[in-house]
Amino acid sequence: MSSATVETPKGGFEFIVHDDHHHDDGDHHHETGTMLGFWIYLMSDCLIFGILFAIYAVVGQNYAAGPAPLDLFELDKIAWATAWLLLSSITYGFSVIKMHENNKNMMMFWLIITGIFGAGFLYLSVEEFMHLWHIGAGPGASAFLSAFWFLVGTHGVHVACGALWLVVLLVQVQIHGLTHENKRRILCLSLFWHFLDLIWIGVFSFVYLTGVLL
Amino acid sequence: MASPTAAVEHGTDIVNSAHWFWGKLGWDIFPFYDPIIFGTFIGTCLLGLAVVGAVTYFRLWGYLWNEWFTSIDHKKIGIMYMILGVIMLVRGFADALLMRLHQALASAGYVGFLPAYHYDQVFTVHGVIMIFFVAMPFVTGFMNYVMPLQIGARDVAFPFLNNFSFWLTVSGAILIMISLFVGEFAATGWLAYPPLSGLTFSPGVGMDYYLWSLNIAGIGTTLSGINLVVTIVKMRAPGMTWMKMPVFTWTALCTNILIVATFPVLTATLALLTADRYLGTHFFTNEMGGSPMMYVNLIWIWGHPEVYILMLPIFGVFSEVVSTFCSKRLFGYTSMVYATCVIMILSYIVWLHHFFTMGAGANVNSFFGISTMIISIPTGAKLFNWLFTMYKGRIRFELPMMWTVAFMLTFVIGGLTGVLLAIPPADYVLHNSLFLVAHFHNVIIGGVVFGIFAGINFWWPKAFGFKLDPFWGKISFWGWVVGFWFAFMPLYIMGLMGVTRRLSQFEDTFYAGYFFVALLGALMIAIGVLAFVVQIAVSILKREELKVDGDPWGGRTLEWATTSPPPYYNFAFNIRVHALDAWQHMKDNGYKKPTEGFTPIHMPHYTSSGIIISGFMTVMGFALIWHVWWLAAVTFFASLVWGIGHTFNYNRDYYIPADEVQAIENGKAPTMSPAE
Amino acid sequence: MLLKRVGLFVLPLLLLSGCQLTVLNPSGDIAAQQGDLIIYATILMLIVIVPVMVLTVFFALKYRASNKEAEYEPDWDHSVTLEVIVWSVPLAIIICLAGLTWVATHRLEPYDDLKRISVDQPIDPSVKPMEVQVVALDWKWLFIYPEYGIATVNEAAAIVDRPVEFKITSATVMNAFYIPEMAGMIYAMGGMETELNAVINAPGEFEGFSANYSGNGFSHMRFDFHALDQAGFDAWVEKVREAPLALDQDAYVALEPQSTAHPVTYYSSVEEGIWDKILNMCAGVDDLCLNDMMMADALGGGGIEGLYNRELFRGLCAADDPQGLFDILRPDLADRRDEIIHAMLSDDTLLPSSKAQAN
Repeated sequence: MSSATVETPKGGFEFIVHDDHHHDDGDHHHETGTMLGFWIYLMSDCLIFGILFAIYAVVGQNYAAGPAPLDLFELDKIAWATAWLLLSSITYGFSVIKMHENNKNMMMFWLIITGIFGAGFLYLSVEEFMHLWHIGAGPGASAFLSAFWFLVGTHGVHVACGALWLVVLLVQVQIHGLTHENKRRILCLSLFWHFLDLIWIGVFSFVYLTGVLL
Repeated sequence: MASPTAAVEHGTDIVNSAHWFWGKLGWDIFPFYDPIIFGTFIGTCLLGLAVVGAVTYFRLWGYLWNEWFTSIDHKKIGIMYMILGVIMLVRGFADALLMRLHQALASAGYVGFLPAYHYDQVFTVHGVIMIFFVAMPFVTGFMNYVMPLQIGARDVAFPFLNNFSFWLTVSGAILIMISLFVGEFAATGWLAYPPLSGLTFSPGVGMDYYLWSLNIAGIGTTLSGINLVVTIVKMRAPGMTWMKMPVFTWTALCTNILIVATFPVLTATLALLTADRYLGTHFFTNEMGGSPMMYVNLIWIWGHPEVYILMLPIFGVFSEVVSTFCSKRLFGYTSMVYATCVIMILSYIVWLHHFFTMGAGANVNSFFGISTMIISIPTGAKLFNWLFTMYKGRIRFELPMMWTVAFMLTFVIGGLTGVLLAIPPADYVLHNSLFLVAHFHNVIIGGVVFGIFAGINFWWPKAFGFKLDPFWGKISFWGWVVGFWFAFMPLYIMGLMGVTRRLSQFEDTFYAGYFFVALLGALMIAIGVLAFVVQIAVSILKREELKVDGDPWGGRTLEWATTSPPPYYNFAFNIRVHALDAWQHMKDNGYKKPTEGFTPIHMPHYTSSGIIISGFMTVMGFALIWHVWWLAAVTFFASLVWGIGHTFNYNRDYYIPADEVQAIENGKAPTMSPAE
Repeated sequence: MLLKRVGLFVLPLLLLSGCQLTVLNPSGDIAAQQGDLIIYATILMLIVIVPVMVLTVFFALKYRASNKEAEYEPDWDHSVTLEVIVWSVPLAIIICLAGLTWVATHRLEPYDDLKRISVDQPIDPSVKPMEVQVVALDWKWLFIYPEYGIATVNEAAAIVDRPVEFKITSATVMNAFYIPEMAGMIYAMGGMETELNAVINAPGEFEGFSANYSGNGFSHMRFDFHALDQAGFDAWVEKVREAPLALDQDAYVALEPQSTAHPVTYYSSVEEGIWDKILNMCAGVDDLCLNDMMMADALGGGGIEGLYNRELFRGLCAADDPQGLFDILRPDLADRRDEIIHAMLSDDTLLPSSKAQAN
């Protein structure tokens, strides 16, 4: 009978919650639920990157008698790309601050700046891949290049999706203003954007720096 | 070392050169060469036409579309998952019968029934369908239907996502069904180890069907996992603390955490294999530095937790059934919860036991062997807990309880053989043998399938307001249980004789007797499957006779606190939970259903975005399989644009007026669907 | 031993089958130990499984709803004593099994040399194990006997009570090399060498096969395994030596394409180094050997030009001429050449070449 003990309130049990603030409560509920859900999504995405990193660690030195990182990576360009992406994260932060201040125009301004930086990063990435493709170092040239193209490429595709989302969000904020839903979306994209930054730091140090310096 | 004759040897591999408009599609994609498949093709087309005709004749399209396909009600989605499971069960089981028949004939010296390339596709598709499109939809269906009711919620956290996940799963199932008639399916075994599944050795479209179908369905499963985790964490009824959560909800939580933490691995792994086949990368090839062993590791890092993704919720089903039908509190709730969590964590560190024979060395092998055995401790504790729940109970042997007892007796044998396989030196002689086949069918049929039937019989009255017919239910029960032993005992024995799995031809007739007994068992299971379908049909016809009130079994958890079937908003009021077995506690303390004082209820609108986007993605998958690049691009952008368009819809919810709630609660209005 | 006898008696009875349980009653010592392990472990687990099954049936009958005599305590849900039993009984069994597993896994590690010939026959240190090189092909088995300079397809032989060391690789997809009467299976994988040490203790005709599905012709990927005494084995070797065929590169290339139910074929001689070439997947005319590729990679890859002129390294054979390869790849480090090569060759993990092991 031990765990059957239940605290008995005076005057019997109340089984029904008469909740007058029910509506607000429901919305609030949903809000935190969305953020939690988005977090969990990011973790599952992180796992995908984890797999790609692990694969790079396993086959990243199987050059198939072809080029190694030292032969391919142009570190100065990568440094620029990194700078663009890191800066875009900071400007996104400004945008969120403005959102909390309910300053729609400044919020959108910083969001546009973020998008421009993101586009700069994407431009440099695409340029690098074009270069590799032209010299014949495509994803099929060796296991190392397969792993490299996929790790960096998957990150690039994520950034492209983020940029597309950013454009959509700009339109939506323009139409509907800083509503509840839009604020939630801005915060979700913010999480996404910072997450991609974090992944890039991993890519930059694990793939580029160790590849060239070690 | 790549052999150009591969296509010839495989017989049907479709390796047409791609046309800019038609891709690899051509007249040879239809199975004219094989009377069995072609006959099935014609039969299925006729059946399909009949169904479409009937739906059109009775003018049901509008109803289906408005009330079901676009529904974001977790209960309807749960039911649709169950229907998907039943349809695919019939398909997967037909494959099983085909295999048993073929092996019985081939072992007796009659080799003409199925050619090797066909048999190889059949065992591959059987495994893929049974795991991904039978067991998964059933389990997800239960979690979808029951879990929100058990925690006193009105829906899941992301109702639209739920609908979308379901349709993505259907999309994968459709692609697999198409492969039966258009082209071919993979002939690689259900996990498609490279290099066999690579372009060199499987140049045909079969492997591409496998990849796109699982890629699309896998994304749906991941999204559904995220959705249900958030639902459990955020939407429990007030007062329902972690340790007051019903056991089924606990197992659902652990399962969905496992889904979120493993399906991305599957997605990534299959994506890389897809890249090997489509983009010429070298992740898993023999050449250019690729590593096939990496695939084997990755796929089992997903694959072993997958076993528990299926098993854990079923453990939850049995826990609910045992305590309900023993009219008694579940013994050892706390240890049940801890056992579930321990299993969840341990399931990550055992994957290597699927390939001890790769020769990783004694230390690695014994680590993974022992960690596997450790899982049997919490599992054993669970069994004991069910046993002691029966102790000093009042056991009513209704169908769900019968399935549970059958499970307890069958599952322990599967556990025993599982631990045997976990001992590396023993695995060296048993690996890939029919003993292994018998083992995993022992745990999946004796565990998961029995649990699915227990659950269906248990919760059917909840979903529809009438019980399932017990007579046909019992025929189904005995067909399955007896048939199982007849079908798999010979396989255990042949495994100990050293017979390996996946053989399509035999050099002597020594094993014919055993294979015929196994065929007999499969036929008994066929009776079980048929009787189940008949059971449903008969019950629907006799629904007035079998009608029950909201709580037919003397339920203990919150899903029984509302009417059967529940109104579309589940609960008119939020329920405050004071104890484990909340509904039993409410009954014991004189809870009376309120008849007035209702307030408006906040509900989401139905939406057709889920089915439409999934439809685009199905076409996209088909186009990619057949290298129809323009169509793939068009449908990809269509789904993208539609998805973005969906986010521009800000009018997603509404309030049910209080008087409508009052009418429904007092039985003056239908409960099943909202009148939007 | 008593346990084993009981087990051998009980288990077949349980399975309603008196004969041919090869796995439990094989002719080779390794397989026999593996089979014994199954029996011991089964008995150990039955200690807990039998009571559970008996109790399940007993409780189900006794506490059925119609039996109003039985006790009924709807709120009884906890008992410290029982919970301790519930967790500790499986725990105890698993501790025993874990010990058994650890010891047995290490004793029966297939890569290690044998510790005995059979229960009553210790190992003779003066007898070298017979090396057999095994290649899985689509869909047949190639056996090379370096000690005798012969090779066979789909037929193998060994001497009773003489240890055999199988070196296993695959020239195609993954397979598993398995002779149930002799020892458990080991995977055969492309570009990798796995190993199996075993012995056969009784003369006879046994069968071996691939135990890992490998495609269309898999069902026929079987071979006869002859366990012969010394004289019989010598006669068998002589028979093979009389065959007209020789296993050289051309013969191998002719053998490699897919074929189902390939007839038994004998090769009276074997070209020097063919095993290394098969293992490194370069037995075909213009393939770059894996070990050469790995050597090139370990030296920092072939550079961008490596994308276009891989043939630079081809046929160089890093194993024979590491200096040559080094000179092409690393002219910048010419002064430290011998030092680096020495370091690389002494490190198995860096340059797996013919020592490549699974994982």
